[in-house]
Formats: sequence, structure tokens, C-alpha cells
Amino acid sequence: MSTQSAPAQGGPQGAPAHAAPPSRALPGGGDQRLHRLVASVVDKPGVLNRVASLMRARNFNIDSLAVSRTDREGLSRMTITLHGDDVAVEQATKQLYRLIDVLKVQDVTSEPTVQHELALVKVRVTDSNRAEVLKLVELTRGRVVDVSAETVIAEISGTEAEVDNFVACVREFGIRELVRTGAVVMTRGGTSIEEAVKR
Amino acid sequence: MPAAGSRHAAAIERAQREMLHEGASSPAVRTGAHGTRQRIGADVVCEALLRQGVDVFFSYPGGVILPLYDVLGDYPELRHVLVRHEQGGAHAADGYARVTGRVGVCMGTSGPGATNLVTGIGTAMLDSVPIVAITGNVPAALIGKDAFQEIDINGITLPMTKHNYLVRDADELPRVLAEAFHIARTGRPGPVHVDITKDALQQETHAGHPSLDEVMAGLPGFRPTMDGNHRQLKLAAAEIAAAERPVILAGHGVLHARAEGELRALAEKIQAPVAWTLLGVGAIDERHPLAYGYMGMHGWKHVNRAIQSADLLVAVGMRFDDRVTGNVRTYAPYARIVHVDIDPAEIGKNVAVEVPIVGDAKRVLAALGPMVEPVPAERRADYLDQLAGWRKDSEATSWHGSGAWRDGYLSADYVVQKIGELTDHEAIYVGDVGQNQMWLARYAGFRHPNTHVSSGGLGTMGFSVPAAMGAARGGTGREVWAITGDGGFQMTLQELMTLVQDQIPVKIALFDNKKLGMIRQWQEIIYAGNYHSAHLLGPDYLKLAAAFGIPAVKASRPEEVDDAVRFAQGVEGPALVWFEIAGEQNVFPMMPAGKGLSDLIEQWGGPDE
Repeated sequence: MSTQSAPAQGGPQGAPAHAAPPSRALPGGGDQRLHRLVASVVDKPGVLNRVASLMRARNFNIDSLAVSRTDREGLSRMTITLHGDDVAVEQATKQLYRLIDVLKVQDVTSEPTVQHELALVKVRVTDSNRAEVLKLVELTRGRVVDVSAETVIAEISGTEAEVDNFVACVREFGIRELVRTGAVVMTRGGTSIEEAVKR
Repeated sequence: MPAAGSRHAAAIERAQREMLHEGASSPAVRTGAHGTRQRIGADVVCEALLRQGVDVFFSYPGGVILPLYDVLGDYPELRHVLVRHEQGGAHAADGYARVTGRVGVCMGTSGPGATNLVTGIGTAMLDSVPIVAITGNVPAALIGKDAFQEIDINGITLPMTKHNYLVRDADELPRVLAEAFHIARTGRPGPVHVDITKDALQQETHAGHPSLDEVMAGLPGFRPTMDGNHRQLKLAAAEIAAAERPVILAGHGVLHARAEGELRALAEKIQAPVAWTLLGVGAIDERHPLAYGYMGMHGWKHVNRAIQSADLLVAVGMRFDDRVTGNVRTYAPYARIVHVDIDPAEIGKNVAVEVPIVGDAKRVLAALGPMVEPVPAERRADYLDQLAGWRKDSEATSWHGSGAWRDGYLSADYVVQKIGELTDHEAIYVGDVGQNQMWLARYAGFRHPNTHVSSGGLGTMGFSVPAAMGAARGGTGREVWAITGDGGFQMTLQELMTLVQDQIPVKIALFDNKKLGMIRQWQEIIYAGNYHSAHLLGPDYLKLAAAFGIPAVKASRPEEVDDAVRFAQGVEGPALVWFEIAGEQNVFPMMPAGKGLSDLIEQWGGPDE
């Protein structure tokens, strides 16, 4: 048995024959970071499934996804956060554009944005510490939305870090339930992705 | 459960009765073939097909799609081919689309009918072929209740179609079907699936068909970029002007866009050789002096060598698939790349490129042509001489032109070459998958676009015969040959009966090595000769053909090949030629998976082995 490989071919004129050929540059540097995508999509049943299915099939892992209607009829908005290198995420946006119901996708990671998420936390309380909990919620810019004999539901909205911080603070009392929405994002200033969507 | 007596419950009961054929199955009394009966959803489907220029479709009936079959008799212009398995119907629609450039149509019922279509839809997706697959589904009120023959086919086809629909209301049908055809054929083509509930097919409707403008207005998210960006075109022209060793890579996109003329003109103007992908076969006449050859894993050594030493690749309508590049890191290390593709997502997906151009191949090449300076032949003389030398070397090596004989058996490449010659290279040749596919692409000698049909992306065994069936219904006036191995043939040979019933003149060249040849080749070379399941028992194919009523002949010796091919050509309908070929012939060169284009295996073992 013997294999025979093609002889070294050398490069175009000027490339030294003895040197190893250069390696082809591949897409993406591999540096992972958090990206925030904002997508305007047609408000139709099944669109969320299409987006989620595409991201799964193309091997992208969604960190969070928030969907809602917008002020424009027939237009929904998705905020997708995911980890990946810049080129991979660009590939994700291009794949999203292949979906017929996707109108506009923007990677707003590097733009000045307001990004908030909302959390509801059901905190365990007793008669002795209820006042302390309520005070803490107030100090951390949270809001109490339900009170019972054994629990308090606190609501907090803010950046991911602010919500993290709040959750850490109330954890010492005991968290019975926690729900977070995932971030919604809007670019600061005069730009509007909704207005950028052609009709 | 909905409360008994509620409207919802009543709808479900009605639908269940319908499924059991207890209720009135026809919404109106029909007084005649073109009589005064009401127009229903099924009529809309037929009207839409006719409006889209569909003259034939491939289908199989079943419970929930029967309302459509109930009205088909009123549309004699629509030719219905009753396939023997829905997969055959999907491949037939695919073959039809590939040779005609029109949208192919296949249909099936819900449940198993729909899932049987799936392989064919996937094949069309991976090769960007415009087909519209229509399925019936259970009545809307029964959806989600695991009704008889209900499956979530919309969920299944979602990731493997360009777009898909579930229609529950006949009033939606005109719009949805118009959109489906528009999406399938526009931009990067692809399959669209339309699932229609039985009650929608039966529902009376007055909804009119939309104009193309209305269709486009309803699809704000679907605006493929057709024209290349002018700045990018200028950059491409500059790259071309600076290149000393350019190679043009032609893919399926050239054929989709009918850009063969523009491609040839550019090649001639800049004196660049043209290499092609598996699906780009036919993008340039192989006799053209600048037509250099088939690239990739089983491509010609000289072609891969040219790519590895190129300083510029002008890639048009191709996607740098792993079968084309091998190990991407070692791919075309000296080349800068201009990449033209209509799908922005293909650019920068597998390789980094210097000049991306998004657009239709024909329009981009037409715009680029006048922007490049003509290159005098003298400037490329040394380069083209060197390439010609490489070509001579590679064609002279042992794995090519091994002669008519191989270990006392027919040599497959000899047979393919002969079929090409005896058909004057004017036929349509539909490959299957595996060794036969590679022999076909390498040795048949292609002169015309869209005369080579092959399942490239999905690599679907069993593709050949049904796809050839569709190709033969395309009305191209060309003879159609199905080139298949004994493995793929045994996967879909039920369509032989369709060929007979409709007298579809497909000539089947069965390459029988009594093996799964490519499996055997990989097991020999990569799995140390561990031949598990590579040997394949087959029937007596003459008796098989006789049982179907198909004239057939067997050729086991080189001197029998000509007569056998001529015999098939002389038969008016379908015919089969059983070529008994060498059991252990390999396709060389071969690039083992994970290796690069410079690591081709050219032969295995010594000459004595």
C-alpha cells in the first residue's frame, strides 16, 4: 500500500519553493463575546419558531430572546442575545435575513444602547424581617408588587448587572421563585430600526 | 376538551365524520366536467398551477388530498404523473426543475405521504432547486389531535425549505400559492412547501389570484439583491487586472442565472481557465480551450493543482463546500478570492474572501465584463502552457483511461465515456450518488448547460431514476439517461412502473458492480479493508425489467457496450441497460476527508495488487 501525494507546487511567481504555503484565512477570529441583535419581523404565527429553529440548526446558542409587538401594525420585534465571535454572529444575521419573514436585523452590540430586563422575585419573609426586605427593595430601585404573610414579590428592571445585583441582595432572605425576561434593547439617540424597515 | 355543544366541538365532530366519510364529502353538486359547481380550494390549487405555467406535476393521492383529485378531471391541461412513492415525485419535480429552469411541482397526502416527500425536499434545498411541494393535511379542527395520518409536517419541513405555509382557509390559497412560486424561483432558488387542510381544499371561495406586484408587496422581507455593488465590481476588476494566475470557479449559480454566455465571455476576455463544481458541470462547454475541469474531492488533479497555485479565484455561484475545498486552511493558499453569490449568507461562511459581490451571476458578470481590461493571450502564455502540461500529466496517469477492461470486467469510466459519445453529448444525464456520480461528472463530456443533473449537496441515493423521470417530462427534446449504481437503483426502482404507465422515455444505465462502490472504496482506503455491508445482492435485472415490461439488455464486455446503448436508444419508451462492471474499481484521484486539495490519493496499491 502506498499513497502518493501531489508534489509541492510552489506558489505564484516569487513565492519561495521551500517555504510552507501560507494558511488560508478562515472566517472569524474565535474571540467570543456577547452580542445583541435586534430584529424586526413580520408579526405572524410561527415566526418565533422559524428564528429559534434556524439558530439551533446553524449551531448558534441563544442566551436570551425577547419578543413583542411594536407600535407598527404587523411588525414584531425580537431582541436576541448570543455569544459568538464577530464573524459567526454576522453569519447568524445573514442567515436570519434568509427567512422570508425577517425584515431587518441589526447587531447593536457596539452601539450606545439602553438595555433593560425585568425580573420578578418571590422572596421569603417573616414578620420580623418584612420591613427590612421592603426597605432593601426600595433602596435597590425595586418595587414591591405583592405581599403575603410569607412572601413578597419584588419587581426590578434595569441592566443585566443591576438585576444581578438586586437578586444577590435579596438572596440572603431566601428566593422562592425567580423569573427574568431577558434583555430588550433600544439604541440611544435619533435612530429607529422600525423606521428603517421599508414597507 | 371543548364543552359539548360548543361551536368548536361541533366543528371537530363534523371533521371527524368527514374523516370517516360519513358526512357530505362534496361541498356542492357538480353538474359536469366544466359545469356549474362551486369553486373550491382544490380549484384554486389547479388554477394557480396553470397560472404559474405548470404543465405537469408528480403526485400520489391519499385521504385528505382527495378533494383535489376530485376536481383534477376538470383541468385536462394539467398533466398528472402518478408516481409510486412520494419521494419519487419530489425527485421528479426536482429533475424537471433542473433541466427546464421552471418550478417543479410535487404533491402528496398528509402523514406518510408528506414525510415521504421530505428526502426530496431536502435534496432540492441543498442544491437550491425551485420546487413547490403541496401536501394535504387533516381538517383544521383536527390539527394537533393526532388524527389519522396527521403529522406536524410544517414543523418537519421548516428547516429544510426556503419557506413553508400551512393554509386553513381557502381564501388564503391564491395568495399563498402565488407567493410560494415567487419565492421558489426568485433570488437563490429553493423548495417551498404548502400544507393545505382538507377543509380548505373543500371550502367554497371567491378569492382572486394576486398579481406579481401584489405578491411582492406582501413580502416586504423578500428582496433578493440582483445587481452587484458598483464599488465591489471595481475592486473585482482591479483584482483581475493584477492577477497572473487567475482561475474562475463556476458553480450551480451560473446555471440558475443562465449566465453561461457571460461566464465564457469573461473567461475569454481575461484568459482565465474555468473550473467547475459538481453542480457547475455544463457551465462551460468542455471542449472550450479555457474549460479546465471538474474540481474537488474527486476532481481532476490538474484542476485542484491550478486552484492550489492560483493567485486569484473568481468564484461565481458556488459556496466553497467541503467537497470542494477539503481542509480549508490549506485551500488555495496563494489566492485572493472574488466571490460572487446571490445569497449574502454564503459569502464568508466557509472561507474568508477579499472581494464579496452579492448578486445574480448573470447580472454581475454582465456588469463586470466591460469593467475589466482584455488580457492579451501572450501575457498568459506561460501560465496556460503550464496548465496544459499539468492536464496532460493528470489525464495520462493510471487512474484515468484505464481502458475498457478492469480485472476482466468492464471499466466504468469507459462505459460512461461511451454513453457520452454515442449520445453525441447531447442527452441529459442524471447521476445517482457515489462512484457512478463521480464517473459521470468526470468522463461523460458535457457541452450544454442543464444537461447534467446530480444530487450534490444532500447526496441522495436513489435520486437518479425518479429525477430522470421528471427531466424527461421537461419537454427539452433531449434524450434522458439515468446513470445509476446498483445501490441507488434498488432504493427507488418502484418508479420503473411509473415510467411504463406514462411511457416516459428514460434510458437507464445501471452500473452494477454488486457493491456499494463508494462505501467499498472508503472501507478499502480509510477503514483498512473492513468491508462491512459493502457487498450488495441484486436481482436478475433482465427479469426485473421484463416483469415491469421494460426492454432491457445486458453488457458485460467492452464490445457489447455500443450495441447495448444503441438498443436503449432504439426503444421508444423506457429502456434499461445492465452494465456489469468491475467490482473493485475506485474513483481516483481522491481527497480523503479532512485532507487538502494537495493531498490527493491517485492510486491505491501497486500495479500488481
